[in-house]
Amino acid sequence: MQLPTSLPPAAANALPLLRTLTLFTIAGAAIASRLFSVVRFESIIHEFDPWFNFRATKYLVANDFYSFLDWFDDRTWYPLGRVTGGTLYPGLMVTSALIFHGLKALTLPVDIRNICVMLAPVFSGLTAYATYLFTREMKDHSAGLLAAAFIGIAPGYISRSVAGSYDNEAIAITLLMFTFYLWIKALKLGSAFWGALTALFYFYMVAAWGGYVFITNIIPLHALVLVIMGRYSSRLYVAYSSWYALGTLASMQIPFVGFLPIRSSEHMGALGVFGLLQLVGFAVYVRARVPSKQFKVLVVGSVGALVVLGVAGIVGLTVSGVIAPWTGRFYSLWDTGYAKIHIPIIASVSEHQPTAWPSFFFDTFMLIWLFPAGVYVVFQELRDEHLFVIIYGILASYFAGVMVRLMLTLTPIVCVCGAVALSNILDIYTNLEKPVEEEEEKKEEKEEASPLKKATTSLIEDEASILSLGSMSKKPLIGVYSNWARGIVLGMFTLYLYMFVQHCTWVTSNAYSSPSVVLASQMADGSQHIIDDFREAYYWLRKNTAEDAKVMSWWDYGYQIGGMADRTTLVDNNTWNNTHIATVGKAMSSREEVSYPILRKHDVDYILVIFGGLLGYSGDDINKFLWMVRIAEGIWPEEVKERDFFTARGEYRVDAEATPTMKNSLMYKMSYYRFADVFGRQPAIDRVRNQRIPSPMQDASAAPIELSSVEEAFTSENWIVRIYKVKELDPFGREHAAATAFESGKKKSGARGRTAPVGGHAKGRARVLRV
Amino acid sequence: MAPKKQVKPPKSVVSKSGTASTSAGGVSGSSSPTVADTSAIIADVVKTYVRETPRKLKLVDAFMGFLVAVGVLQFAYCVVVTSYPFNAFLSGFSITVGQFVLAASLRVQANPENSSQFDKVSPERAFADFVFGSLILHFFAYNFIN
Repeated sequence: MQLPTSLPPAAANALPLLRTLTLFTIAGAAIASRLFSVVRFESIIHEFDPWFNFRATKYLVANDFYSFLDWFDDRTWYPLGRVTGGTLYPGLMVTSALIFHGLKALTLPVDIRNICVMLAPVFSGLTAYATYLFTREMKDHSAGLLAAAFIGIAPGYISRSVAGSYDNEAIAITLLMFTFYLWIKALKLGSAFWGALTALFYFYMVAAWGGYVFITNIIPLHALVLVIMGRYSSRLYVAYSSWYALGTLASMQIPFVGFLPIRSSEHMGALGVFGLLQLVGFAVYVRARVPSKQFKVLVVGSVGALVVLGVAGIVGLTVSGVIAPWTGRFYSLWDTGYAKIHIPIIASVSEHQPTAWPSFFFDTFMLIWLFPAGVYVVFQELRDEHLFVIIYGILASYFAGVMVRLMLTLTPIVCVCGAVALSNILDIYTNLEKPVEEEEEKKEEKEEASPLKKATTSLIEDEASILSLGSMSKKPLIGVYSNWARGIVLGMFTLYLYMFVQHCTWVTSNAYSSPSVVLASQMADGSQHIIDDFREAYYWLRKNTAEDAKVMSWWDYGYQIGGMADRTTLVDNNTWNNTHIATVGKAMSSREEVSYPILRKHDVDYILVIFGGLLGYSGDDINKFLWMVRIAEGIWPEEVKERDFFTARGEYRVDAEATPTMKNSLMYKMSYYRFADVFGRQPAIDRVRNQRIPSPMQDASAAPIELSSVEEAFTSENWIVRIYKVKELDPFGREHAAATAFESGKKKSGARGRTAPVGGHAKGRARVLRV
Repeated sequence: MAPKKQVKPPKSVVSKSGTASTSAGGVSGSSSPTVADTSAIIADVVKTYVRETPRKLKLVDAFMGFLVAVGVLQFAYCVVVTSYPFNAFLSGFSITVGQFVLAASLRVQANPENSSQFDKVSPERAFADFVFGSLILHFFAYNFIN
């Protein structure tokens, strides 16, 4: 890099120090901006998946590494169990465990929970550093620093890395950027050492996140594009070969990955490019030594034939089934409608939905329009490493458009390109050099200038020396020489940067810092009210149920029940068995008489449902209910039909107009059981769906919801979590419905259809019914 | 950092070995190469190789040839006899492939003809890289072999 010539040597010497300081400040800002949730709530693990990671980490810390890898978990997926050690990416847990043991060795005993909570912010600091290194390879130090600052606070990345968001992505993005940096470095130098380092970080990445496939494909694509563009070089050969040979062998060490790198189509591209590079390398070597022109043609031709043969071989192996064809998740990347038809379980996850366009702006703010400018800037120079940025940018933009969660992989490259563009602008507009020809004439003017102007000039000059460490413009006669133009543009961008910071802070604080385990609401007087229903309910489960009790819930809550309540679950967020999930969906969406045998067969003791109707918590089970129906319908299309849950006009209703199937489903009954009683003579309004639940007190024709095969065991303070106990078989061998009817003093025949007396037996009962 | 110009596949090599083999090139001329031509060219290439390749590189080449032989042997065993301890086969085979490409990288880097492409990698550095890569490779293969 060329330093600005105007800098005195002392200032030039101070630059590395200044850079280091800036980087540390950026890392500090990155960590600090992720602490909203800790400050506002407490040091707590967020959401769903992190609870599993946390539980696994605790297991790893309590046991040794090998028993962790051999861990068979019989407390999930009852009665199947899960080979947890072989079906997870251990990188995250191992990282935290290493930090834990390291700190302990330094006699700093830190609670493992705090390590897990703080891991993501700390790694975001490292991501900023990796992005700096990466961008420095693309342009220069100043662009690197800008990129580091951007990635440090960009909401697109913060969304997955706030304190408590203890998920694979927390460390994966750091590793992604490091791997890419090392790859660029290896390619630039043509060094097997850097290639081996790339492979090592690739290995770490494979150990940490399933998204490693992105690297597995983007690096070969980069290499392929280089070859096709006629930019093959021995450096490329060295970098790619050393990375692939080491990285593939390394990636197979992870039990969950196993033989995938040689067996699945996702990895075949890398293998193909590896073979191609060997051939091209050999051809280049031979061609240089063979005199005859025809012979050269022959060599090139035979290499081409070999390439075709190799491709045909891969295709043939795929067809014959030796290589696994593309998986459904892969297809859903190209055809957004694919998952909805074939794999509803994937489509049901909200983060797998296509991205709405405002979220691009929401997650990256001004960077989203600097991004194309940055791509344009690198296009102008178009060195080998710039191609990487372009390929990455195009692919990531596409993927981010397909799936919300892949915004995460787009954000780093948006930051890099934005930084390149902005630093280019700053380079041009803070360049205070005058054209050489005019210098003589302007000299006098400058000396006569008012002291005020002098002051501003020197101010800008200072700014220039700090902001623009980049090279001076190469064509001195073309450029911006008016201070007005400079001032306006620089002022605009200072304003944009200021707004960027404001926006990022606002988004982080409002959108991405909720633990979602603990909810917050504002009271009328503006004070904060904490809604802690989840933990209340899980703690109740932990304290009041048998240790081997089986809890059935929709899969979203499986990890939390396992982590917080420590009870056996039927399904959880590791959605490996679709049929099992469909079974739960069927139990939830069928009539009690149908559901009860299913519950008995699976030894279910308690059923947990999430109900937001009282409070207006929209992420509840009734809103997710249609997915349960759809997934169940996928397995039992005869017994569960989605159409039956919609009214004749195709509406999804829960009020008096709800279809009989809906009203009789176990989920509906458990959600609204005794709901109307809370409102007394007021209309019972479901605040999520804004519909009136039929209330027997209001409307004599409405029958109260009766549950016969399950009984209410616990309902949390704000009714968000409701837990039901599954009844034992009736001692007299009666049907549950009949037994309930008998106990409430009704005749057997008239149990159904007759209006129950107002009030009913349930009125004065305590909320916690049975322990 | 100054932008690196894209280096084309070494052309100078052509002229170097070309002087020695103009006769062979002249014979084949415009017509397609016959068997005799081909064998003559191959003999010439071999001669040039023996004469002009530094001894260290020949050593690396010998090692690479050995690795190819071992790799082919392993693969043949896998296809013909059994692939039963698949882990063992895979680590054995990948270690030959990995060692081969590392040796090829070393050869490319240490080749004086390519020094223009590797301004930051001296032959000694290339050897150190080779050792580093091999160590990692053997570590992983050993771990994988079961």
